[in-house]
Amino acid sequence: MRKPTFSMGGVHPHDNKISRECAIQPLPLAPVVYISVAQHIGAPSVPCVAVGDKVKVGQVIAEPGGFVSAYIHSSVSGTVKSIGPRPDLAGRPSTHIEIAVEGDEWLEGIDTTDTLITTLPEDNKATVEKIKLGGVVGLGGATFPTHVKLSPPPGSKCERVIINGCECEPYLTSDFRTLLEKGEQVVVGAAILRKVMGDVPCTIAIEENKPEAIAHIKEVIAKLGYEGIEVMSMKMRYPQGGEKQLIDAVMHRQVGSGALPISVGAVVQNVATALAVYDAVQKNKPIVDNSVTVTGECFPKQANLLVRVGTPLRYIVDYLGGVPENAAKIISGGPMMGRAVANLDAATVKGTGALLFLTEEQTRRAPESNCIRCGKCADACPMGLEPFLLVRLSRAKDVEALEANAAQDCIECGCCLYSCPAHIQLLDSIRIGKGSVLGAIRARAAAAKAAAEAAKK
Amino acid sequence: MTSTIIWTIAVVTVLGLVLALVLYLVAQKFKVEEDPRIDEVEKVMPGANCGGCGFAGCRAFAEAAVKAPNLDKNYCPVGGNDTMAKVAAILGYEVKAKAPMVAVVRCNGTCEARPRVNDYDGYASCVVKSTLYTGDTGCAFGCLGCGDCVNACQFGALSMDPVTGLPVVDEEKCTACGSCVKACPKFIIELRPKGPRGMREFVSCVNKDKGPVAKKACANACIGCGICAKTCTHEAIVVENNVAYIDPAKCKLCRECEAMCPTNAIHGVNFPKPLDKEAVKARIKERQLKAKEAANA
Repeated sequence: MRKPTFSMGGVHPHDNKISRECAIQPLPLAPVVYISVAQHIGAPSVPCVAVGDKVKVGQVIAEPGGFVSAYIHSSVSGTVKSIGPRPDLAGRPSTHIEIAVEGDEWLEGIDTTDTLITTLPEDNKATVEKIKLGGVVGLGGATFPTHVKLSPPPGSKCERVIINGCECEPYLTSDFRTLLEKGEQVVVGAAILRKVMGDVPCTIAIEENKPEAIAHIKEVIAKLGYEGIEVMSMKMRYPQGGEKQLIDAVMHRQVGSGALPISVGAVVQNVATALAVYDAVQKNKPIVDNSVTVTGECFPKQANLLVRVGTPLRYIVDYLGGVPENAAKIISGGPMMGRAVANLDAATVKGTGALLFLTEEQTRRAPESNCIRCGKCADACPMGLEPFLLVRLSRAKDVEALEANAAQDCIECGCCLYSCPAHIQLLDSIRIGKGSVLGAIRARAAAAKAAAEAAKK
Repeated sequence: MTSTIIWTIAVVTVLGLVLALVLYLVAQKFKVEEDPRIDEVEKVMPGANCGGCGFAGCRAFAEAAVKAPNLDKNYCPVGGNDTMAKVAAILGYEVKAKAPMVAVVRCNGTCEARPRVNDYDGYASCVVKSTLYTGDTGCAFGCLGCGDCVNACQFGALSMDPVTGLPVVDEEKCTACGSCVKACPKFIIELRPKGPRGMREFVSCVNKDKGPVAKKACANACIGCGICAKTCTHEAIVVENNVAYIDPAKCKLCRECEAMCPTNAIHGVNFPKPLDKEAVKARIKERQLKAKEAANA
């Protein structure tokens, strides 16, 4: 039988999961952590501690700055040293809370034991509130606040919860290790999520290159005896972990342009998010740490580490023996969608999933030549766009035509760039075009809003 | 044989006349009334279609100028005052002469002064680079060096200096159309008045970081110390967000700020003589002493 996958486009890069045998190990505490207040999509949080305050692990240090925003908790115990701008991964200044670490004292009420709590809470509203208070955001990469996703707008109904364990990006293994080592917690988290959404069926989607994880999760589900949760073994294909692609693969439904997954009755959560939901609801433990894969062919010590939020990247790298001499580029995230790290002094955030070291040879870009109109990029695009056309329109700054050709639907997966035989920097140009289209759409919405308000008066 | 030729000629002639009549009638019926002055204005325009005036091209400018009640909002920076005088003569408007402008690159972060802290190997475009990160130097505000401004210039007035890694403006060719200003994602290029005989004074830095941070990233950075603003006797300099700005309308080109700037961030160009810093500093000191004495007295 053919394994399920999404219907359009996609590529198949070598998965290179060289750190798959490394168990998740906790990283020793850094002497000082820098916790960003902009760790999620949406409004930055507002710091609610002052310089000199003593904080404990799990204490709220920043409150949501809007509806789409999240609580941020201290990941260490110690003293707040400063609150101010500090360059992030890309070198752009954003507000960070600096905390000097003193011991490791957790806030009262947080259950730090390993006992598995399988009885699900009765009150769904209280559960969502707990998820919100736990600062849970989507840990698949987009860091969208989870409580917002779990509160669908009136009129829309969830029909299936999908737990995303695809981990389709090459090199990354943190979700795989989480499934193997914390499978029980993930399954309980999935059970909580499906109960919150109204006892809908739940699918845990795992790609076929992780047979151990598939077998383990099936075992766990049988052992815990939850109903309505199934495991689906997926065909290996990038970008299967993309929300819209996964919904297509599991439910055979297409999310429309500009629409949210809930419009087709789907809610997608990452494996790590399910674990964070379990921690927040059953253990009262907010997100204070996350697992980070540190890998790369040129990196001598592969590892999956449990890292406290806000740990400086340099501390992680130094712990594992420093930057290898032949490493030319460090990437935060996977090789397909990750961003190059310009600043090792930056700190991890909730969404940091990996640190990848690549050599000069691996990162070399071939010189761009002319488009030969082979159409490989259009074949590879999982959103059904025409990258060759979008690039031309983007370079010509034709915003209207870009919008007509749906540049705003680009998910920036990089399949076009990966498949282009002429080495045209498709994604870089399309991203600019997408930005200008989204800007035009926002400007139009703002103008319409202003006009409506003027009409009211 | 002969009759065939005659018939052919006759038929074609009659057909031609009939069709000409039809075309004439149709043209009369669907004639587009257009102000003849539009054509006249377009004729005196430079014809570069650069869009520097804010309209799609010279024709669009001409149409807008004819419709407009006055020429306050319509100015062709490429043609300058000469062209605008001709346009005004055609339309019977008055035109206010504007000072000729020139593009000024406000970054002096040369390769030597501003060390690279990482290597950028991505797509060679400043816009792309600026969306990815703050750049390959410690300065988050300076020139990214990919030459988007050079590509935007339709007059060949900009070029990248391979030694400094910064764009250079050819003042002869620059028409102040503003394409480069729009192309630069860091807002480094500014249109400033050309000044008398091309002489002008400007701060060649836009770094908003605090002094020590800016200085660490680039030896030529403005550190926002405010010495220039204190020295200036014409109130032409404002220091805002840790960076100084010289208002060209107020600057009297005395070059005192340039002499006093500790990081040489203030540049004076096209002056006939090189600046004698010590002499100017002595002059300022003497003046300040006198002012102090006067205040004491």
